[in-house]
Formats: sequence, structure tokens, C-alpha cells
Amino acid sequence: MKKIFALPIFLGELSLGVLKSTGQWGVFSLSALANAVYLRTLWQKILYNIYFIGFKSLNIIVLVAFFTGMVLGLQGHYTLIKFSAEGMLGVAVALSLVRELGPVLTAIMLIGRAGSSISAEIGIMRISEQIDALETMNINPIRYLVTPKVIAGFICFPLLTAIFDCVGILGGYFASTLLSSRSGIFFSKVQSSLMVEDVTGGFIKSFVFAFIVMTISCYCGYYTHQNRDSAGAQGVSNSTTSAVVQSCVYVLIADYIITSFLM
Amino acid sequence: MHEPLIQIQNLTKAFGDRVILDQASLDIHRHKITAIIGKSGVGKSVLVKHIIGLIQPDSGDIIFDGKAYSQITAREFSAIKDRCSYMFQHNALFDSLTVFENIALPLREKYRLPKKEIIDRVQTRIEQLELDEVAHLYPKNISGGMQKRVALARALITNPEIIFFDEPTTGLDPIRKKTVFSMIHRYHEKFNFTAVIITHDIPDIFYIAHTVNIIDHGKIIFSGSPVALDQSDNPELFVYTHGHEMLVDDLTKLLNRIALRQKITTWSTEKSTPMHMVSVEMKGLRKLVDFKGHLLGHVFIKNFAKFLQDKLSADVCAGLFSQEVLVLVAKNKDKEWITTTQEQLTDFFTTPGIQQFCQANHLCVQIRGLVGSANTDPLLALKQRLTSRQCV
Repeated sequence: MKKIFALPIFLGELSLGVLKSTGQWGVFSLSALANAVYLRTLWQKILYNIYFIGFKSLNIIVLVAFFTGMVLGLQGHYTLIKFSAEGMLGVAVALSLVRELGPVLTAIMLIGRAGSSISAEIGIMRISEQIDALETMNINPIRYLVTPKVIAGFICFPLLTAIFDCVGILGGYFASTLLSSRSGIFFSKVQSSLMVEDVTGGFIKSFVFAFIVMTISCYCGYYTHQNRDSAGAQGVSNSTTSAVVQSCVYVLIADYIITSFLM
Repeated sequence: MHEPLIQIQNLTKAFGDRVILDQASLDIHRHKITAIIGKSGVGKSVLVKHIIGLIQPDSGDIIFDGKAYSQITAREFSAIKDRCSYMFQHNALFDSLTVFENIALPLREKYRLPKKEIIDRVQTRIEQLELDEVAHLYPKNISGGMQKRVALARALITNPEIIFFDEPTTGLDPIRKKTVFSMIHRYHEKFNFTAVIITHDIPDIFYIAHTVNIIDHGKIIFSGSPVALDQSDNPELFVYTHGHEMLVDDLTKLLNRIALRQKITTWSTEKSTPMHMVSVEMKGLRKLVDFKGHLLGHVFIKNFAKFLQDKLSADVCAGLFSQEVLVLVAKNKDKEWITTTQEQLTDFFTTPGIQQFCQANHLCVQIRGLVGSANTDPLLALKQRLTSRQCV
């Protein structure tokens, strides 16, 4: 008899767990956003986080953007040449980057570079009672730790996405100069085909991705102690993994939803 | 006595199936030092963490300055937290901040004082706690004892009204332990704050605490002054007041004071043949301990106990009646046992090595026999015999 109900019980518990953590994440995220009203007192921490999330990620973003642009250039040239349309390479590269790859790849790079680090940092603070210490000092831990990171994310993600787009287009241009003597047409096509809506759409995505990545990374670290399967260092390790995986998944889901609205 | 500042009423908390606090009740009085002692893992920290809201109870309530936690608003609770400070067992220092920044954090984040005032106040605490040389270092680069002092400095920096010390001396060397306790005592005298100290340091804490609370099995089993605790004959409390003696008893295999009295009482109620006793009074042993050290006295008792091991059986037990009196108690034995035992003990004390030791340390040994009778209380008879000057 027990075996018959095992599956419904498992599904029920799973659903309740998902609902609970979603609700908790919602409240946590709203609390982080609500604390943005204390911007005046948080600016130093925000600046530090802009340095940590944005500036320290710059080199990896430039590197990845350049090679992504080059690969797009190569693949685009290989495809377009079949239709004798290699002159459209600039359009293909620019639109792919600005509308899609720029925001998504920037988000994924920042998940690996900053999200995992943020989750581990907050997780260690949780297990070593540093967050409890903040609470006993009557310092709001979400305002102290999470809000500056989320605000810094809102600033860094669009800026890095813009850098990714520009460097990626340059990479595509570089690839086109290696492959074709008609590379001069590349930028004129980019200029004529790229609309403001394309850029706006990319920035909307980067804002949403910033919210998703920062809140999930902070949330996973903040609630490390609620991890039922592990504790201590292993708990922090699992939280970090969970932050990276969940952030990636939700970024891709959000990307699809936003794209479908923007189309 | 005035109304308590904090009243913990029937607090119950369980983690999963494990009940940590079971209807625990406790009063914390204003401007007093309250100690909470108990074995590891009995819920001392859990109890105190309820007061500052780090843990929510399953049932029960806390009344802080007349306001019940179950009825106050978040703003009122925040005001309560502003009056408190908490020193964590494992320090909970911010590892990415220097010692100076750690101490300054509450002032910077909560009070937003001018930079100069923050520096002055932190510097004062740093000097008081002898942390000058490590102020620029990160917590991982300083010793455990220093980390403890940094945590203490951080707890004191806001001059709070109530300070919770969660095992403030754990991990410190004996000299620093005494320094920390005397510092808490000194600051308490100076600032008149209310202190709640969770500790294992018995009996050191008894010298500074006004009230001692013992927690066991989720309940407060004793609440009162250290003197009342020390004078208590409750065997459950003996382990807390005479923990160091228990260790000695384990080493010598002699019954401790409470256990010996219990044994005599138990045997006397069995109504078998009368109990006979032989007492060995070692006058000067207390002075030996006082002037030449506890260890020398212990070595002497240990050697004597080793000699006694052969004499003990199911019908004979031995224990320390007081610091200077050892008693051998026998049931189901005849009067001959007293004479034989006295002779054996005399032989022991007249062996050259022991005699030399006794003479060198001015130890005067008196061996007395007490013939039991069915109509007398053996404990009372023993006390009377020991206070009389008559030797057998």
C-alpha cells in the first residue's frame, strides 16, 4: 500500500519544496530591492561590487566576446557564401550578438565569474555565523550584503553586455577581413541594419538577467544552512553549484520568454 | 528583588525530533551577571539565541523589560536588539575585514558616527584589550585567543545595556581566562551593564556571577546564587560544583563526599548487620594543598588510595568525607574488621617513605574506629566521633 502512494507523496513533497523555495526567493529578492532606498548609505559597497563584478570580469568578457564574434564571422561566412550573400555577414554577426548572444553569454560568463563567488562568499559567512553576527548588531544582512550586489549587477550587466556586443562585432569584422577582401561593407551593413529596438531588447534582457543571477546567487549562499543534504563546507559547495546551475537555467528560460515578447 | 529585565517563560524548542529546550524558564536581572552553565550540547546557546531573535521558539514566550516578544512589533524588537550585544562562541569575526574594521563595524553601520570618533573609540578598546599590534591584521592571521579578544572588543564597542557572552573563555589559556573574567567584572562595575555568560569555566565563573543557572535535559535545574549552589547537597548539582574533584575521584577510585554519604545512608537503611567504620584523619593535608600545591596533595591521596584498593570489596567502600578525612565503611563485618584495618593502616603510615613524607609536610594522621549500632544514625555518629578528640 505504501508503495502505491510513494510516487504521489514524493511529487507532493517536491512541489511543496519548490513552492516554498520560490516564495522564499521572491520575498528575499523583493527585500533586496526594497532596501535600495538606502542607496545613500550603500554607495561605497555598490562601488566595490561594481569593481568586483564589473571591472574584474572585463578581461574575460572581452576575450570571450572577441572569439565569439570571430566564430560567428567564420560560421556566418561559411553559410552566407553558399547563397553568395557574404556581404550580409556584418548584419548576421551584429544582430546575433546584440539581440541574443551578447546578453546571454555575458550573463553566463558573469554567473561563472561572479555568481559562484558571491554564493560561496555569502555561504561561508552564513556557516561561520557572520550573518548571525550582523543580525545581533541589528544590521540588516540583506541590506548589507545583498542589495549592493544586486544594484551593482544592474549597473554591470548592461555595461558589460554593451562591451561584449562591441568587441564581438570587432571580432566578427576581424574574421571577415581574414576571409574576404570585401570587409569594408561589414560596418556599413551593421550601421544600416541594426535598429534601436534591437539594442533596447538586448539591454532589457541584460537587466532581467542581472536580477536573476544576482538574486539567485545571493539566495543560494544566504540559505546555505537550510540545505538538507549537506552541511559546512560541503553545504557551501552545493550552494555554489546550485547557484550556477539555477542561474544558467533561469537565464535561458527568461531569454526565451523575453525574446518571444520582443519579437 | 526588582522585576527581572528578561523573563524566559516555558520556552520549548526542538530541531527535528530532538527536543533541545523543554519548558525552560529563567529570569535575568538588571545590572547583574547571570551565568548559564551546563554540559555541551544541552541548549545553552540556543536558549540565549532566542532572546536576540536568532532562533524562534516552538512555544513559550520571552518578556523583555515588560514587553512580551509574542506581542511586540518589529520596530520594538529592533529597539530591543539595539540595547543588546552578543559575543559568539566561535567569534563570528568578518574574515574579509581587519581587526580594526571588525571592531568598528557596528559603529560604522549602525550609528554612522564621524570618522574621528569611530577611530578614537575603536583605538580605546584596542588598547584596553591589548590588540595594538594586530589591529591591521585579518582575523585568520591572529591566534585564537586574540580572535576572542577582538570579538569581545566588538561586543563592548557600542557600550550596550545587555551583553550576552557565549563561552567567552573557550580556547584561551588559563591566564587569559582569568583576564577575560576580571575584565567582564571590571567593565560590569564600570558600566553597570547586564551580563549573561554561557560558560564551562567552573568554578571561575562563580566568583563573578550573581546568579547561576544550570541547564540540563532542556530544563533549568538550578537557579540561584553561587553560594547556594556550592552549599547544595543535591547530587545532580555536585558534578557542576565539584567537577575537578570528580576527576580526582575517578583517578583514585575513592567515593566523593556526596557519594560516600549516599552510600552510608543506603547501607544504613538495609537493616543488615551494623555498619562499622574506620576514619583516617590527615591533619595538615589542607595546609599542604594550600602551601605546596594541589598536585602534591593529590599524589599523596593517590598513593594511599592505591594501598586501599586491596582492602575494598562489595561490603567495604572508601571515600573522602572531607578534604582531610578518609573513611572506610563496612557492612556485614564484625568488630575484628576494625582492629585488622586499623593495624593495616598503621603499617602503611609507618612505612619509612610515608612516615618521612608525613614528617616533612607536618601531616598528623589519626586512625579511629567506629563500632556501628542498629539504633544510631551512622552519619551523625561519624560526625560526632570526628569532632571529639578521643582516639581509638
